[in-house]
Amino acid sequence: MQHIHLGAVDYVILSIYFAFVLGIGWTLRRFVKSSEDFFLSGRSIPAWIAGLAFISANLGAQEVIGMGASGAKYGIMTSHFYWLGAIPAMVFVGIFMMPFYYGSRARSVPEYLKLRFDEKTRGFNAISFAVMTVFSSGISMYALAKLLELVLGWSFHMSVILSAIIVLAYIFLGGLTSAIYNEVLQFFLIVLGFLPLVLLGLKDVGGWAGLTAKLHTVATNAGFAPGAWTESWRHLSAPSANPMGVEWFGMVMGLGFVLSFGYWCTDFLVVQRAMAANSMAAARRTPLLAAIPKMLFPALVILPGMIAIALHVTRGGLLPIGADGTPNYNLAVPVMLGHYLPSGLLGLGLTALMASFMSGMAGNVTAFNTVWTYDIYQSYIRPGQSDAHYLKMGHAATVFGILLSVAAAYATTRFNNIMDMLQLVFAFVNAPLFATFLLGMFWRRTTGHGAFFGLLLGTAAAALHHGFTLPHGAVMGLKGGFLGAVVHTYPSEMAQNFWTAIFAWTTCFVATIAISLLTTRTKSDEDLHGLVYALTARIKDHEQRWYKRPAVLGVIVLGLTLVLNVIFW
Amino acid sequence: MMRLDLRLPIGLMFTIFGVILILYGLLSPATVYQVSLGINVNFWWGLVLLAFGGTMLTFGIRGEGRRRRAAGSQ
Repeated sequence: MQHIHLGAVDYVILSIYFAFVLGIGWTLRRFVKSSEDFFLSGRSIPAWIAGLAFISANLGAQEVIGMGASGAKYGIMTSHFYWLGAIPAMVFVGIFMMPFYYGSRARSVPEYLKLRFDEKTRGFNAISFAVMTVFSSGISMYALAKLLELVLGWSFHMSVILSAIIVLAYIFLGGLTSAIYNEVLQFFLIVLGFLPLVLLGLKDVGGWAGLTAKLHTVATNAGFAPGAWTESWRHLSAPSANPMGVEWFGMVMGLGFVLSFGYWCTDFLVVQRAMAANSMAAARRTPLLAAIPKMLFPALVILPGMIAIALHVTRGGLLPIGADGTPNYNLAVPVMLGHYLPSGLLGLGLTALMASFMSGMAGNVTAFNTVWTYDIYQSYIRPGQSDAHYLKMGHAATVFGILLSVAAAYATTRFNNIMDMLQLVFAFVNAPLFATFLLGMFWRRTTGHGAFFGLLLGTAAAALHHGFTLPHGAVMGLKGGFLGAVVHTYPSEMAQNFWTAIFAWTTCFVATIAISLLTTRTKSDEDLHGLVYALTARIKDHEQRWYKRPAVLGVIVLGLTLVLNVIFW
Repeated sequence: MMRLDLRLPIGLMFTIFGVILILYGLLSPATVYQVSLGINVNFWWGLVLLAFGGTMLTFGIRGEGRRRRAAGSQ
């Protein structure tokens, strides 16, 4: 494809952004005196900052490029990732789970597992999490460099090294605070950088009405009902009625419940932002405040993809065609940037794109260095050292975390399948974990053995399900069926993923209950104070003003989400 | 304790971006805007960024002043 040409003004904007990112790290460096400052921002972050960082840490490559691609490929059904998945999960974590995370004074998600269950459950989670973060940050780096190579013609090596050095510098200097502050900066940049693109695109296709008309053509061309790209719920009666190949149960249970709750409620990368808040009240408000802008994000990240496919089909040839004859959906957003933005705003849009990749990377690196230092190094390698020692280890972990990410980025270039494989591992590890947390937090009878073996069995169930099923049209191997036989064929990869998650979660849930009932409790009721719902004093938030109460905010957020679901039904 | 009022760097960065885009919008030839449906998006979006950056900066500076006065009166 033809490269997009950048003007001098675009480079000026990009350089100014880099200067600010590094400047924030430099200013914050003198406030890092203890390991708690470095890893948890000294628990001093106000709710609105933690909330914006909460969204931004997840706004990596996956979200901006992936959601745009899905918007083009599946249409508005993609917004279920938000309106059915992320938002309800964020309300749940704020209202019900944050009291235990923040109240237990655990410094990480694995550490909570150690307090609630035992050492082996923590070890399992800490190690699998550390490996996953390194790979995600490497893949983020790979995706950024690949994209810049393709769209701008920049050298792959230069992009990898440049992004690695910048992220390393600002985390090394200011720790989590620096990562969080930069994530907020990145949040505003992403919103203000992409908004003009959406507005111009909408104006070009004739507003929402014009877009709907064009997407009707897209849908009927693909053999679906006219509304398949613009109505989110109406075509969920059967897998064959929508481009995603999913029916309502797989959608609600698989994506809405297991995958989304699994990610937003148990992934330390996001939970860490709320743990850094300056009070219990602020920690609980963090995901709730984050949910408000989050519910509008489909307009920013999914809509450009929908506009791109509408233009591609009705005006012809906007997206480059891949080797298999289908449009390259992953380029929907970058192509739109080049299509609508003149030099100047193009620089801003591109800066926003780079910001999103870097915030995704930084989120992984800060989560990695914390889990490595507290849950692996301090727990198993060198316990009982001074705080200064662990602070030094945190700095070192940041350096080798980034080095490992660079290695992972290069590994991805050698083995194309790594990206697919990682998505798989995520589904295997995250989905059952949510069952463990649910039982651990709400059922005091759950034992350490129950949690650990339930988790193992859940992960195994995910692997088994994946090994015996295959998405339509795929060959046996990484996409499934690697156990030699195909018992069931799903209409799409998405459907297969959702059902893998459902199997994993259910197995973990049932197995944890069964094993807990068969084993004896090792933790008494006293031990579990502040860790289990029934044994923790209710938080009174009546003294707070009404709009600051988590329950009130939660109801408002859910109400608004319901309205969005109904509008785009 | 807030160590650095985040509104200051955010405000400053977007003010600078706003000014750059406004100036570039005024100086660049109209042919640049063929891609953006003939609208001088640099100029107009520059105004939006300037307004956002300026607001952030104003609140940040006022907050800083308030903190300094509070620290001085103790």
